[in-house]
Amino acid sequence: MIEIIQLLINGILLGSILALGAVGATMIFGVLRFAHFAHGDFMAIGAYFALTVVTVFNLPVLAALPVAMLLTGGLAILIDQVVYRRIRRVQPVILLIASFATALVLRSFIQMVWGSSNQVYQVGIQLPWRIGPFTLKPDHLLIFAAAAGLVLIVHLFLSRTRMGKAMRAMSDNMDLALVTGIPANRVIMWTWAIGGALAAAAGVFLGMDTRLHPVMGWTLLLPIFAATILGGIGRPYGAILGGLVIGCAMELSTLVIPGAYKPAVAFAIMVATLVFRPQGIIKGNA
Amino acid sequence: MDMAGLSAYAVFFLSLVGIYAIMALGLNMQWGMTGQFNIGIAGFFAVGAYTTAILTSAPAESRVGGFDLPFLVGLAGSVIACIPVAWLVGRITARLRTDYLAIATIGIAEIIRLFFVNESWLSNGTRGIPGIEKPFGLGNNGYLLIIIAFVALAWLLVEIARRSPWGRVLRAIRDNEPATAAAGKDIARFRLQAFITGSCLMALGGGLYAHFVGFVSPEAFRPLYGTFLVWVMLIAGGSGNNLGAMLGALVVWLIWSSTEMIAGLVPTALIGSESAFRVFLIGVLLQIILVSRPQGLLPEKRPPMPGEKR
Amino acid sequence: MSLMSAEALYAGYGGVDILRNLHLRVEADEIVVIIGPNGAGKSTAMKAMFGLVPIRSGAVSYRGETITNQPAERMVSRGIAYVPQEANVFPSLSVVENLELGAYVLRGPNGPRMERVFEIFPRLKERRHQQAGVMSGGERQMVAMGRALMVEPTLLMLDEPTAGLSPRLIDETFERIRGINQLGIGVLMVEQNARQALAAADRGYVLATGENRYEDTGPALLANPEVAEMFLGG
Repeated sequence: MIEIIQLLINGILLGSILALGAVGATMIFGVLRFAHFAHGDFMAIGAYFALTVVTVFNLPVLAALPVAMLLTGGLAILIDQVVYRRIRRVQPVILLIASFATALVLRSFIQMVWGSSNQVYQVGIQLPWRIGPFTLKPDHLLIFAAAAGLVLIVHLFLSRTRMGKAMRAMSDNMDLALVTGIPANRVIMWTWAIGGALAAAAGVFLGMDTRLHPVMGWTLLLPIFAATILGGIGRPYGAILGGLVIGCAMELSTLVIPGAYKPAVAFAIMVATLVFRPQGIIKGNA
Repeated sequence: MDMAGLSAYAVFFLSLVGIYAIMALGLNMQWGMTGQFNIGIAGFFAVGAYTTAILTSAPAESRVGGFDLPFLVGLAGSVIACIPVAWLVGRITARLRTDYLAIATIGIAEIIRLFFVNESWLSNGTRGIPGIEKPFGLGNNGYLLIIIAFVALAWLLVEIARRSPWGRVLRAIRDNEPATAAAGKDIARFRLQAFITGSCLMALGGGLYAHFVGFVSPEAFRPLYGTFLVWVMLIAGGSGNNLGAMLGALVVWLIWSSTEMIAGLVPTALIGSESAFRVFLIGVLLQIILVSRPQGLLPEKRPPMPGEKR
Repeated sequence: MSLMSAEALYAGYGGVDILRNLHLRVEADEIVVIIGPNGAGKSTAMKAMFGLVPIRSGAVSYRGETITNQPAERMVSRGIAYVPQEANVFPSLSVVENLELGAYVLRGPNGPRMERVFEIFPRLKERRHQQAGVMSGGERQMVAMGRALMVEPTLLMLDEPTAGLSPRLIDETFERIRGINQLGIGVLMVEQNARQALAAADRGYVLATGENRYEDTGPALLANPEVAEMFLGG
């Protein structure tokens, strides 16, 4: 029982990280109609941006977080304008391959600039708190709080602002959004900015929880897509729920199967969703 | 480099081009002809390579096999072992939309890789399987001829398939699925057949690769080498066009190899890691191709319909 | 000067002209209906005027200003609102959000505009927090028209507003369209229910194979035996 609760704590932690990644991925999927394969690498480069801020200005990680989010959001817009925008009208699959290329470019860029070895934000071991039989690192609480704060901000943005509503509308019904006079290009830029910024936050949290590595994001891509599909394409609230479910399922699975197969659990849930309920648990526009 | 070194390099280079050409032909069958978006090529590549490695290597204590079987048995094993894997993947993903199929196949490739990393009893884990010999005591030069023979065979096979009524149905499915279904074609079956055939070609490439380098380990089946380069080859060469697929393999491998030289020219201090710089270059190059010439070097030419004049 | 007019339009997708030498005009305060057999290019004509189908030659003008092939965003800003036939609401958004987005191109508070829409469609006020996707066909049509009215249009374009509705709802819809028209909004609509549409309209156009066939006042077209034979089922 204790073990299960401990795994659930870990699962919610992983789930919050996945949720942040999945919200951006689902909006991009919904608005632009393609699976963005470089999303995991947005996470990684965000984490590394924060690393530079931390080491150069000697700031705490959470202070570096907004900078990393801003830079990654800007980078996402830049990549869209230079690459994706030009091929948006061709075929969605060309976009998909291009995003695969973006993933490789970002990852090799990280290796060139920051090197391939593992890095951490803070040297030294953080003493975990022992609460009864459970252990919790102070960082974990920070991650929970910051992730919850970001989710709240995203919720307010999507439900209260003109741009947020326009984004949901475009994800709902692209043609109608256009005849309504919603400016597609501006909404798309906002989608990238938010998707990139949230991915960066997810990457920073992942780096705080474990370590920084050039493929840190790529290895989470599959669980992120799983969360996206489980939650319903284009459904940000579904993506949050999906992220938490996938995170907990991955952690709990270690009770019965070797930990190395955690990504396979996410994958199995995803395939089951695709086969039995392709619209997701919250109906998406698949 | 002296003449002997140059010719040895040329043989090495062409062998890899040949192996990639076979995989690009396999992908062309799935994507170019049928419109199936498989980005799990590395998985089928790995199944092929590991199967022949286990079948033909000398017996080892730390794992199952090897069985010391002949080369052609190993290669046949690669293709046969791929059939149930591809069948299973194809069945599960048969009705998925393009982008979902992409996500699903990349997941399957990752799981196959995880399997070979973790199931040491079969694959010897990350240490890999060494000592996979070339057949008939051949050296690199002789083996190149074998590879060329298989490329020719693969090309013949896919070209015949492309011109056959079967190939026309596949293109019809790709271009207009509802109409093809309305014409009474069992779309799922045709798709599955194309998916399995294409995957088996990828496994054949994996088998040939294992004997060429003599060693397999999970490292070789990361998405970059196994999947991404093949896609670059097909897109650059011209998807839907079998000659284009092979030309793409040649051109892209030439570029990929020359990035090694370019990376060698740039001071390491500037680019950190040479291999990362190469990946960076090829990624940027692909994006340039996609933006400027998405139809590839040799665009698809459709074979005439019956009774149609050329 | 007409509110909106199309002159000698040739338009279609991929170089194939669906419309051939089409002429059409809508005066301010008028209800104009386009009828014709399937494949006559009725919807295409309206879409081309709204900039959704590329026009190869000819001109569309709005209050004397040429607006041929302009993007939808600019059409809406000018006061032209368009309601597609199908998928004409944002299903995961609430009624209020659907309406708010209708006024996306306008500045200023949405409250008064929404009150005006609620006056026309009281039912929407009752269900304003409902998700549009779960509403009935008739209610969705109200959301769609309400969304278009939010931009305070001078011209409302409706693509088959009564498609798929029950006879009672069809009558109600035409009545409402007349009500909207009485607020000083010009209406251009494409309709399958030709008889009722002509009865509700000031003028009508009959298209066939992408060309003008007849043009007259609603009652005159209703009385025209050839039109009756062709499209009104005798």
